This record gives sequence, structure tokens and C-alpha cells, in this order.
Amino acid sequence: MADVNRGERPLSPHLSIYRPQMTSMSSILTRITGNALIIAVIMVVWWLLAAATSAEYFELANGLLTSWFGRIVLLLSTLGIWYHFLAGLRHLYFDAGHGLDIETAEKLGWGCIAGSFVLTAITVLVV
Amino acid sequence: MRYLTARKRAEGKGASGTGTEHHWYMQASAVALAFLVPAFLYVVGSAIGSSHEEVLATFSRPFPAILTGLTLYAGVMHFNKGAQMMIEDYARGSMRKALIIFVIGLSYTTIATGVFALAKIAL
Repeated sequence: MADVNRGERPLSPHLSIYRPQMTSMSSILTRITGNALIIAVIMVVWWLLAAATSAEYFELANGLLTSWFGRIVLLLSTLGIWYHFLAGLRHLYFDAGHGLDIETAEKLGWGCIAGSFVLTAITVLVV
Repeated sequence: MRYLTARKRAEGKGASGTGTEHHWYMQASAVALAFLVPAFLYVVGSAIGSSHEEVLATFSRPFPAILTGLTLYAGVMHFNKGAQMMIEDYARGSMRKALIIFVIGLSYTTIATGVFALAKIAL
């Protein structure tokens, strides 16, 4: 009936009971990269604010972003954003009703991972 | 006993109260970001690490300034709604509400700070 178990339904992905698969791992990685990217966004906004404030403040922000720590964060963020980019396109493709059979979905998952490394390498070379 | 059928509860705009609005927003902003992000990475990636004068000159020009503002808004609002979806999957009750409110506040603060910085540089 309609009133059964309202409110206390189990929370969505039952992470502990499924064996890891390509499809589930590529999906959770989309969520992890998407949410982690807010750190890079806040860093870049802080850098912009510093540039707008004064030369001294800019030196501090620019120094942090171009330090080895800042470079690692920006490099990982670039990898994350390209993965999220490709996985997002895959999601739009899925939403349109295509590529949902297991074989294609798994291939697309590997494609997202490989493609994100390729696009990150291109970004590092170009930028 | 309530005479409310499962169908009746799902009718109209459903349990969320907003129908497919959230999903549609994610799709529409994803398409926008698919175009914005490559250009944003090129412009901002090139600017990071250059001198203060160069950065000010870059963001004084219309294209980099508008592109950065647009990407910041579309990207952070996409994060806002995506993070809400994640919170709804893993938290419930007051913790769920508190986390969603925190994410909304964080999102608007980030956008406002970025837009202020861009306006100050560009104008």
C-alpha cells in the first residue's frame, strides 16, 4: 500500500553489498570528481579576488597556485574535470536512451578514463 | 487507514514537488558547460602563473571576463544541484537539510566573490 515505510526507506546506493563493477565505479567517480572540483573553483576564485585586490595579495595567491602543492591540485583538478566532462557527455547519451547494454556501457566507462588522461595531457601541453 | 494510492502520490510533480526540474537543469547546464569548460580551461589556465599586469589585462577584455563569469555561474550552480543530489543519497533528516543549506550558501558565496573580483578587474 501507499503508506508502507514512508520516510525510513533505505538510503540510495547500497555501496557495501555490490561487487565493484566498471559501470558502478565509473558512476561513483563522476560524483567524486564533480564534488571535489569545488575545491579548485574556490582556489581560482580566491586567486581572482587576490588579483582584484592588490599586487601583494596576488603574489601570495599566485605563489600558492604555482607552488608544487598548487600544481598538483590543479593537475588533479584538470584530470577530474575532463573525467567529469566525458562522463557527463556519456550521461547525456544514456539519458537519450543509447548505450545502455552492459558491453557498451563498460566500453564507454573505459573510454571516459582513457579520454580524461589524453585530454589532461593535451591541456598540459597547450596551456 | 488512508485511501491514498501509490499512483495518486506519484501523480503531478511527484515526491520532490518540482517534477523533473532538477534533472532537466542538470542536463541543460551540462550542455552549456560542455561548451564553456574547454574555453575556460584555456583562458584561465593560461592566465594562472602569469604576471599581475597580464592577469589584469586578460580579465579586462570582454571575452575572458564574460566567459569566466558564465562558467563560474553555470559550473557552481551545476555543483550546487549535484551536491544536493549526493547529500540526499547519503544523509537524512536534519543533517540532510543542514548540509544542503550549507552547499547553497557556499555556492552563492563562491559565485558572488568571483563576480565581484571580475567586475573590479574589468571595470
